[in-house]
Parts: sequence; C-alpha cells; structure tokens
Amino acid sequence: MTAQTFNRMTPYMFLIPAAVTMGIALLYPLGYMIYGSFRDWDPSQNISETEFVGLKNYITLFFDPAFHESLSVTLIFAFTVVVAEMLIGVGLALLLDRNIRGISVLRTLFILPMMIAPVVVGLMWRYMYHPTVGTFNRTLKSLGFEGIDWLGQHALLSVIIADIWQWTPFILILSLAALQSLPASALEAARIDGATTWQQIWHIKLPLMMPVLVVTALLRLIDAFKVLEVILVMTEGGPGLSTEIVALRISRTATEFRELGTAAAMSNYLLLLLLFLTMAMFAISRIQEARAARLARQIEEESG
Amino acid sequence: MPEIRLSKLTKRYGAVEVLHGIDLEMAENEFTVLVGPSGCGKSTTLRMVAGLETVSGGEIFIGGNPVSHLDPKDRGLAMVFQDYALYPHMDVAHNISFALRLQRRPKAEIEAKVREVAEVVGLTEFLHRKPGALSGGQRQRVAMARALAKDSDIFLFDEPLSNLDAKLRGQMRAELALMQQRVRKNMIYVTHDQVEAMTLADRIVVMHGGHIQQQGTPETLFKQPANRFVAGFLGSPPMNFLEAELISEGDTLFARGEGFSVAIPAERSRTLQSRNGSVILGIRPSDLNYDQDAPENEAIDLRVIVSEYVGAQSVLLCSCGNSNVTVELKSETPIALGETLRFAIRPEGIHLFDQESTAAL
Repeated sequence: MTAQTFNRMTPYMFLIPAAVTMGIALLYPLGYMIYGSFRDWDPSQNISETEFVGLKNYITLFFDPAFHESLSVTLIFAFTVVVAEMLIGVGLALLLDRNIRGISVLRTLFILPMMIAPVVVGLMWRYMYHPTVGTFNRTLKSLGFEGIDWLGQHALLSVIIADIWQWTPFILILSLAALQSLPASALEAARIDGATTWQQIWHIKLPLMMPVLVVTALLRLIDAFKVLEVILVMTEGGPGLSTEIVALRISRTATEFRELGTAAAMSNYLLLLLLFLTMAMFAISRIQEARAARLARQIEEESG
Repeated sequence: MPEIRLSKLTKRYGAVEVLHGIDLEMAENEFTVLVGPSGCGKSTTLRMVAGLETVSGGEIFIGGNPVSHLDPKDRGLAMVFQDYALYPHMDVAHNISFALRLQRRPKAEIEAKVREVAEVVGLTEFLHRKPGALSGGQRQRVAMARALAKDSDIFLFDEPLSNLDAKLRGQMRAELALMQQRVRKNMIYVTHDQVEAMTLADRIVVMHGGHIQQQGTPETLFKQPANRFVAGFLGSPPMNFLEAELISEGDTLFARGEGFSVAIPAERSRTLQSRNGSVILGIRPSDLNYDQDAPENEAIDLRVIVSEYVGAQSVLLCSCGNSNVTVELKSETPIALGETLRFAIRPEGIHLFDQESTAAL
C-alpha cells in the first residue's frame, strides 16, 4: 500500500468501529424486520423455516379494523399531546423568560418530569389515577365531589394528561432557548414602536421563534408516535382498545397473537409514517438554510 | 416641539452607580450629541430617556412634563439602534409601518406614509424585501425610515453608524446631516466617534466616567476645552500634552519643560499671573507649523521618530524631552527620521491645564 492510499484510507479506518456497530445494532434488525414482514412467521419457527407470503401481512393489516382503531388512537394521542404540549410549553417559556429572583430554581423544577424514567412515570400516574386510593379521587372526594373513573371511562384522556405532564418540559426548554436568543434590540424597538406585551409576543416573539417551534413540534410528534412504556404500565392498552397505541399493538401481536410477520409489517407502517415526518423535518430545515444562503448570495451580488 | 431636560439623573446597577447626577437641557429642535469613550454612561443616558432603562434617581422632563414613570411608547419618541433592530420576519414596508399598524391608522394613510419615508431614505425599490436581503447601509436606512414614519418629536440615535464600514459611515453621516436639516426635530445622538460628534452636533455633550465633562457647540469645545479629558478626546490626531512649569521672567510668563520654553501670550498671562508651578501644556497638532526660523520662545524643537504617510499630509511622531508629540506636515516637506525640526506654536493654540484637577486654566 502506498503512503498516499494509506493516507486516503485512514479516515475510513477510523469509521469502521462505528460502521460495524451501526450495522449490527441498526441495519441488521431493520433488515430482519423488513424480511420478516413478508413471511408467515410464528415465534416457534426459525425464520428460515417460514413461508414467504408476499404482501399478505400488509394487505391484511390494511383492512384490519383493530389496526385502524389502534392507528387512530395513536394519531389522536400524538396530535392532542403535541398541540397541548406546544401551547403549555411555549406559554410557560414566555412566562419564565425574565429575570426574577429564583427563576433558575423554577426552571429546574419545571424540567424535572422529563428526567424521570417512563416506567416510573407510568407507575406514579397509575397510582395517582387509582379509583379509590389515588391522589386525584381522594382529593376530589375530600372536596365533596364524585370520584372520576380515570383509567376506565377516561383512559385516553388520562394517558394524554400524563404524557403532557412528562413532555411539556421538552418544549419549554427549547422555547426558552429560542426566546433567549431573540434579538433584544428588536424587542426594544417594538416597545418604542408602541407594542404592548401581548403585541410583542404575537408580532415579534412568536414569529421569530417559529423555525424552532416547527422543528420542536415535529420532534415531539415523532416521539409521541413511538410512545409505549407509560401507556403499557398505566392501562396496557385498555380498557378494550381505547388506549392501544400502535407500539403496544405491535408488541401484543408479536407476543400474544404470535404473529411475528404481521407485527413486523405493522412496525414498517409506523416506520414509514415516522420516516415521512423525519423527512418533512429535514426538508424544512433544508429550505430554511437554502433561503438564508440565497439571501446571502443576493446581497453579495448586489454589493459586488 | 418639546425641549428635553434631564435633572440630576442617576443610574445604579445594584451598588454600582454608573451615572452620577446628569443635568442637561436640550433646546427645541436641537441636535445633541452625547459623546465619550465606552462605559462613560452615554448610551445608558439615552436608554433612560427612551424608557428602556429605569431611572434610579432624578427626573427626565419632556416639554416640561416628568416622564420617567412612562412606558417607552408613551414618551412620543423614535429610536435608531446600533444593530438597526429591524424585525427580521417583516419586509421593509412592514418594518416601517409597524408602529402605525399598532396604532390602527387607516390603511391608505399607512401606505402613503411608507411610500413617503421610503422615498426620503431611498428605499422605494426594496419595500418588499426582508431585512436579511439588504446590505448594512440599506438596513440602516430602513431603521431611519422606521423612525421617520412615526412622526415623533424626538429622535434618539444609539451609535447608528458604528456597524458600517468606514466609507459607508462617511456617506451615511452626510445623509444624516442632510436629513437633520430637512426634518427639524429634537435629536439625541450617542456616539464614541468624535468626528461624528463634531460634524453633526448643534451641541456636543462630552461624557466620561458617568459625569458630563463639558457641553457646548463643537467650536466651543474644540477651541476652549474645559479640561484635559475633553481636550484630548476631541480632535484628530489628538492634542499633545506636555508637563511644564509656569515661570515668570520679567513681564513674560513662560511654560517651561524638558526641551522647550514657550512664552504665554500677554493677554493670557495676566489671568495666570498668580499661578506658578506645575501645569500641563496642551497643543493640538494643527496648531504646530513647521517653521525653522521661528523665534525660540514661540516654538518647540522636535526630533522625528516615526513618519506615517497618509496622503497629502504625513503624521509625524516626535519626541521632546521625555514626551511624545504628534505633528502634521505636508508630505512633500523633505525630512529625515532622527532630524530635529522646529515648529512654531500658534498663540491661540496654547492650552494650559491644572496638573491636579486637569481643569483648563
């Protein structure tokens, strides 16, 4: 090997460990799943013994009302939590974006829920929602109200509330960062131009935060589609199918119904959905970058 | 058009007082420039007038009314910021009309106003561009147009030209001077650039260390600086300072130091008669003329150390005893480094300062 080729190869050699890890941990299972989704596959079988069924698993799922139900629960869950978390998170950020005593303590407190392991969050909320000994119903009853059947009749709402509690801080952190990087003088100019606090938020702060907010919302949406642990611990998808999100249905299809092929196909549907969202996110940031680059070029041409 | 009055204005950040009782009166339609080095309190003063900083003590009066408790929007002023402070997500027209739209003025009126001020600053063809697609000079014009559109009685400028390159700065300075003649309004302008201060101001206020050092017309401040700081701050190249002793010999008073002995003109020496001892002699480079035949007690002998060629003029850094002295000289004058030259001092160019208080004598 000549010194030159050796030099050219060096960076790739350093990449090999990462590439191997990626291959084993990411690409292999992904390929396995795609391969399996075209087969009629029982957990007792080795994958080589399974029968190739083409798109049968995908077609079955496409017409399966239970999958539809699960998909619609996931969509309702994901969009509701993201909208609610965005509203609350951005609102809190606007409130916390100021210099008052103890603000850093407050910020830390607000961020705590995000740090707790999802299983713990699930257990905690399951306890709080408990019909007789739960915190909520005991409080309601001590105030003279009827208890609410949280995880029964209102299971989806209860699960949504728990998720909002856990993930609003994520939006809060990113919104706060966005707010603090806003140009201070533009806000001062707005004050001199006569903008009230609300008008500053509406006309200056929110529009300037928008690029960050869009990406944040997409990130949360992608995450919300994959949520599993909290719901698994709180309701196990029940009662009925009322909180059975797709991730949970995949797990049940694989373990309870013993249909690995169908579960794999379901995973791929979810993967496609997430892929689409991820691409949308990248597209948005690419468009923003391209716009910035075009403006820079335009200025250069004019001044040059 | 209201006059602006600052009365014993102070500003404290925690225990640190940065402005120590500023008293200032700005007449109607006056172009006042606050000038001083970084940290002298000039921007803080301006921001307090604008209402962007709270007042720790004293009061601001606009047209006779105290305003320090009012929000910026209720003080009837417009401001141009150092970094322009444009709204990045709005196009030029919307930037200019933001204040008018907040006031819910009729649409036709807003459009007419936008077109009018865009014409004044020469932005008509850029009305639908976002600030990101404008050059520094154009952004500066948008900031100016936005201030003009408000029809305020008071304009505040916070170092508006310092983000521009030297050439553009000169051009914008001229345009500002023109604009000032056209729209006679109260203007307060903050800068650290003494050239801007001298060229634009009706009245210059020199600040240093949270105090006003001197205020007056550019000419007054240049010719009769109140203290050593003002003398050294205004003028380029800056004034030379030499340590000297005042010594009377016969009828004549001399400022004598290492390597020089300069006679003080008779009309000045009368008021200085009682003073003997250490003073600081200040002479501007422009008051030193190369003249080998000048009489010894009206001149100073300087040894050339460095010569900086700047075109028609050369700036010479010379030594006189232990002190350095800067002079200007026509570039074609044949001189050599190390040579000793004689420079005549214009009699009215002799400034004397107290060594202790640095006040002018």
